Amino acid sequence: MTVTQAPRVVTAHFGLDRSWTLQSYLAHGGYQGLRKALGMGPEEVHQVVLAASLLGRGGAGFDAGRKWGMLRKAKPVYLVVNGDESEPATFKDHALMEADPHQLIEGALICAYAIGADQVFIYVRGEMALAQERVQAALNEAYEHGAVGRDIFGSGFSVDIVVHPGAGAYICGDETALLESLEGKRGYPRIKPPYYPAVIGLYGAPTVVNNVETLSNLPWVLLNGADAFCALGEGTSRGTKILALSGRVQRPGNYEVEFAKLTFRELIYDRSLGGGVRDGKALKAFIPGGVSSPWFGPDQLDITLANSAIAQAGSMAGSGAVTVMDEDTCAVRAAWRISRFYHRESCGQCTPCREGSGWVEKIMRRLEDGHGREADLDLVLDVCDNISPGLVWPPAQTTICPLGPSIPPSVASSIRMFRDEYLAHIREGGCPFPPDRLREHARA
Amino acid sequence: MPVPDPQPAPSSTGALEGLRGQPGAPPGVAGATGTPLPAPPRTGAPVTITLDGRQVRAYEGEVLIEAAERAGTYIPRFCYHPRMKPVGMCRMCLVDIKGPRGYSLSPACYVPVTDGLEAVTDSARVKKAQDGILEFLLVNHPLDCPVCDKGGECPLQDQTFAYGPGETRFVEEKRHWDKPIPISPLVLLDRERCIQCARCTRFAEEVAGDPAIDFFSRSDATEVAIAPHRPFSSNFSGNIVQICPVGALLAKPYRFRARPWDLEQVETTCTLCPVGCRVAAQSSANHVVRFLGVDCGPVNWGWLCDKGRFSHEALASPGRLAHPLVRRPAPGNGHRGEGELVEASWAEALSVVADRLAGVDGSRVAVIGGARLANEDAYAWAKFARSCLRTGNVDAQLGDGLAADLVASLPRATLGQAGQARLIVTLAGDLKEELPVLYLRLRHAVVDQGVPLVELSPGPTGLSSLAALRLHYRPGQLAALVEAIVGGSPVPPAAGEVGGAPAQDVERARAALAEATGEQAGTGPDGSPRVVVVLGRPSLAEPSSAVEDAARRLAQLPGVAFLPALRRANVHGAIDFGLAPGLLPGRVGWEQGCSWYERHWGAPLPTGRQLGTPGILEAAASGQLDVLVLLGADPLSDYPGPDLAARALDGARFVVALDALATRSTQRADVVLPVATYAERRGSFTNLEGRLSWLAQKVTPPGTARPDWAVAVELASRLGHDLGFGSLEGIWDEVQRVSPLHRGVPQALLASPPGRDGVVVPVRAGLGEPGGAASPPPLDPMANPGISQAEPEPAPPVAAPPTPGPAPAPAGGPDGYPPMLQPADLASPPPRVAGATPAPALGSLRLVTWRPMWDGGTLVQHSASLAGLHPPLAARAHPAQLEALGVPAGARVRVSSQWGSLELPAEAGPDVPPGTVVVPFNLPEGGAGELLDGAGEVVEVRVEALEAGR
Repeated sequence: MTVTQAPRVVTAHFGLDRSWTLQSYLAHGGYQGLRKALGMGPEEVHQVVLAASLLGRGGAGFDAGRKWGMLRKAKPVYLVVNGDESEPATFKDHALMEADPHQLIEGALICAYAIGADQVFIYVRGEMALAQERVQAALNEAYEHGAVGRDIFGSGFSVDIVVHPGAGAYICGDETALLESLEGKRGYPRIKPPYYPAVIGLYGAPTVVNNVETLSNLPWVLLNGADAFCALGEGTSRGTKILALSGRVQRPGNYEVEFAKLTFRELIYDRSLGGGVRDGKALKAFIPGGVSSPWFGPDQLDITLANSAIAQAGSMAGSGAVTVMDEDTCAVRAAWRISRFYHRESCGQCTPCREGSGWVEKIMRRLEDGHGREADLDLVLDVCDNISPGLVWPPAQTTICPLGPSIPPSVASSIRMFRDEYLAHIREGGCPFPPDRLREHARA
Repeated sequence: MPVPDPQPAPSSTGALEGLRGQPGAPPGVAGATGTPLPAPPRTGAPVTITLDGRQVRAYEGEVLIEAAERAGTYIPRFCYHPRMKPVGMCRMCLVDIKGPRGYSLSPACYVPVTDGLEAVTDSARVKKAQDGILEFLLVNHPLDCPVCDKGGECPLQDQTFAYGPGETRFVEEKRHWDKPIPISPLVLLDRERCIQCARCTRFAEEVAGDPAIDFFSRSDATEVAIAPHRPFSSNFSGNIVQICPVGALLAKPYRFRARPWDLEQVETTCTLCPVGCRVAAQSSANHVVRFLGVDCGPVNWGWLCDKGRFSHEALASPGRLAHPLVRRPAPGNGHRGEGELVEASWAEALSVVADRLAGVDGSRVAVIGGARLANEDAYAWAKFARSCLRTGNVDAQLGDGLAADLVASLPRATLGQAGQARLIVTLAGDLKEELPVLYLRLRHAVVDQGVPLVELSPGPTGLSSLAALRLHYRPGQLAALVEAIVGGSPVPPAAGEVGGAPAQDVERARAALAEATGEQAGTGPDGSPRVVVVLGRPSLAEPSSAVEDAARRLAQLPGVAFLPALRRANVHGAIDFGLAPGLLPGRVGWEQGCSWYERHWGAPLPTGRQLGTPGILEAAASGQLDVLVLLGADPLSDYPGPDLAARALDGARFVVALDALATRSTQRADVVLPVATYAERRGSFTNLEGRLSWLAQKVTPPGTARPDWAVAVELASRLGHDLGFGSLEGIWDEVQRVSPLHRGVPQALLASPPGRDGVVVPVRAGLGEPGGAASPPPLDPMANPGISQAEPEPAPPVAAPPTPGPAPAPAGGPDGYPPMLQPADLASPPPRVAGATPAPALGSLRLVTWRPMWDGGTLVQHSASLAGLHPPLAARAHPAQLEALGVPAGARVRVSSQWGSLELPAEAGPDVPPGTVVVPFNLPEGGAGELLDGAGEVVEVRVEALEAGR
């Protein structure tokens, strides 16, 4: 198997001694991208990013350069960094903020310069205490260094950055809920239209909301140019991507790989990457792009990790979180756990998600515990259908935000792929798989 | 977002612009006050849309759910409310809307109409979505309909029946909460029934501005809640019960009182204050059990204050008067006021009164009160007093209002015009407490329509936080302040302060007023005013003449119109029908109308002095009155000078009281005649705009109580005088003949559905409201519970039956009617004498007093649920002031004026201007009334700590 030998764009400093400090960052070329950007015009910087075809790394995959171009011409302009990474099995931004906060700050400053932002907010997930601390410490160093604040590096450009810790809600990863939260309100996604924060965002002002990984690419893009970035990847998926690999693999973790070059088989089995399924077990299924994506089976291992290829196969690359299930994994339990997550994290704003998520979880829990009926399979699918009509891919969204449509895929995938397991649960009046260690732990 | 300024953009000095968007907007973000939502315009360019295959006319920009409803297609909904911003939460209104990628389900409450929009509301997909949403809403709903107040009028029930699944597939455990829990003294919350539509939370935040309830927690554990130990204290809390689409919010006074299918209702007008909100009065078994707000576009938009909503409890209170009472003298003691009031027949009671009135000189008779009466009652009593009793001593106000001839002369604005003005100026007491729904409309004008508001008051009010400029003047120095903002010359900052307000704020107000009224301001649409002045009595501890002079001064500016904020219910009806000294029915002055009315009434009118309430009380106290008639007036409790009121009731030879409820004053009367009150009699009402609206009868009055007009007719007859009418219709026919103000308004129109919005008099151009929007037809049963069932036909627009022709000629003219009072009749205010009111003496403070909504008033105290809601009696002063006085906050103090003293706790009020102390006027345990003498002087008080109280 061949794994591409691409340069590391965003994880280059991972593993360096105290990589999160200014000293380390400067020793490895830190803030050169920003200096270079400040020597260009803002529009020139924007053109570089447009040419790089930098797709958003938060999950939706919207072109960052195009997003900046949609800003309504009005003042003030805000840049908001979405560091509210909260989905189970997704942990790339977490690592980026802890290991290389200066890179994020530099990227945010480049963006702020390009879009003429008057103020930058870095919204860090509430539970990520260390990340909050490291980003804040780095920010303090950056101010000291003259990289943030008034007249940055003598360029005449000034912008302030504020770190804002979240309050512990997954929904605030939705950009409009994040803006509400940042405004000090309840984290409810905003109803559309208006569709884009670029038009009406924070405090009603034009706002760019970018993901941590997206912005962390910018220093490299500026230093090495759009061509070098585009030399990596395929089609519209350019550059590199961090894949957060988890589940029953030998070597779970974050892997930065060239975009659209790798297959799932390579990611999971390559010695330098996942290293194969744990304990030599057989692979049962894997989730290709976060827990809201439909599952793939072993016959889909050779699909390329590119947005378009995965979409064609009926799922999504999302934020790059790949979770592996082995033959000992109970598909019913896995699907129940995912539904429980959505039940707990539904913001409660619109009816289908608020009531549907709880109902789905209760049915799934019953099925896992062996108290299900065969009719429950059709029932839970119909309840899912009422949350996202048609159970199609990409899912139909009749709720305010995409959280509702995220509920059905794991339920529907597991029933479609492992109906026998469901029937076994019903027949045997319980789960035929080894006990749930986490649950046993919780009971103890 | 503020609605765009409807005015043509004039050349501007920026003074008004500088006041816009204040307060609340984050710096640099124009108008951004929260989640950006498209403001749903109610009228845009007419467009054509395709609805279920039909071509339908709609207005561009309105939300689809409204366009469809007008076209006769009801799209089910829970969270949408036409008077609040849409939130798209319940998803019940999902319909198929054609987009670039074919049809998709979208919320009709949120999709703005554009030309050519294609929507399908009855596709299989829509039906499955509706069925699915209802099933979701029901999974955690307890389905305890048999014991739920809402059962029978419940949108969740009704829509489940119409659109929902027949059976549930939910076999899991439902969500459980403690229930019901009180969230305020009047409202209970059952969280299990709640469907999280956010109607209540939005009302509290958007409409009332009391954001004290909100969602807590998330997912299906989301609950509506109040902050711990912070009850939902709002003067508008009953509205959240009315708009709740399930039985989650319950009103304590109504809970378990009736079932909806046992209720009968009429649409009528609330007579608790001069706003005149439209209400549905509902009764069960001949008892009024509930008032609901009706969406009347020009007035209350469906909202009511809690006082208006709940004080019908007083109708059936133990203090209700049901039979006439006559005082039997104690044996051997002829002293008035002694002996016992005992029940008597009407015949006996009326003959006692008639005997006392017979042959008495008119100057020795007086009538106080009349603001409780319907218009027809007021006319009957005005005619009876003038033509039969031949007295000019008639006053509906109790020394706590403004001069009636001034009120009748001022150019009048409508509530709708306030929202379209360039500037609103308030010179009134605390409107949030006194005229609560006027407060809601002003709040909407400021917050949603972007009209800047300048507040002139002697202390902080419920509007202060909304005002762009708060000019808190020192009591007694209003004239200086008004002169500065009306005068042409800029106020130099070096002046420091003007009348107690900071000079730079006064200058900003002056510049804004000058810009709004100046030549370059252009005229408003339909000649509507550019500046609306809300004019009331800012404090009872300063003379009304100060406010009256200010009004005369402001009225001289071009484009200024007034909303008089007097606080007695039908005081405008009483004034317009002549229950005021020197006024005749139809806003006609005495000189101009005397011969006209002598001719029509067939009797000479009294000559000589006409006394207002203060003069009447003085006369009575000094033994110059033989008969004092109290028309629903309680001077002992209400007159700002209780000592004089007590001496007057002692000094009058004979006191007859017409009232519905026992008051301190009826207990001192010699004859008490029980009368019918609202919901018990028909008639019409006049609100602060001059809007006539209909009072419908729902229940029969208790015992033998009868309408006030009938008492006048009966007494006149016993005195050998024929008033010329014997029915409400007869009264109105006569009014049409004699009153220049009311001609051309048929009673039948007021009493019929097309007249539901009322008619503003004088009618200017056919029967429509000048500059106002007509009410949307009340189709939405959730906005107007029950009303649509009562009137299946949507109300046609107010047609113009007999159009009265051109506006009444201002100067009497060939039609023969006497001229009405005009702004030109306003005497110029006397020149201000500098330093007329000396600075307060060392160590003394100036008193400010007004009435809280929950006070010691008759109706409130006779309503069991409301009697205990009043705030604790306290004297509020600035903390620094208290410190200077050596009074710790909370300590008991004695507040004394030259007329009386009061012991009460002191309270620190950081918003109270230094140099003043604020004491509520009349709480059950006392109030600032004790410190007043009714002469309307600026009251200086001394505040001393009471050692014993520490």
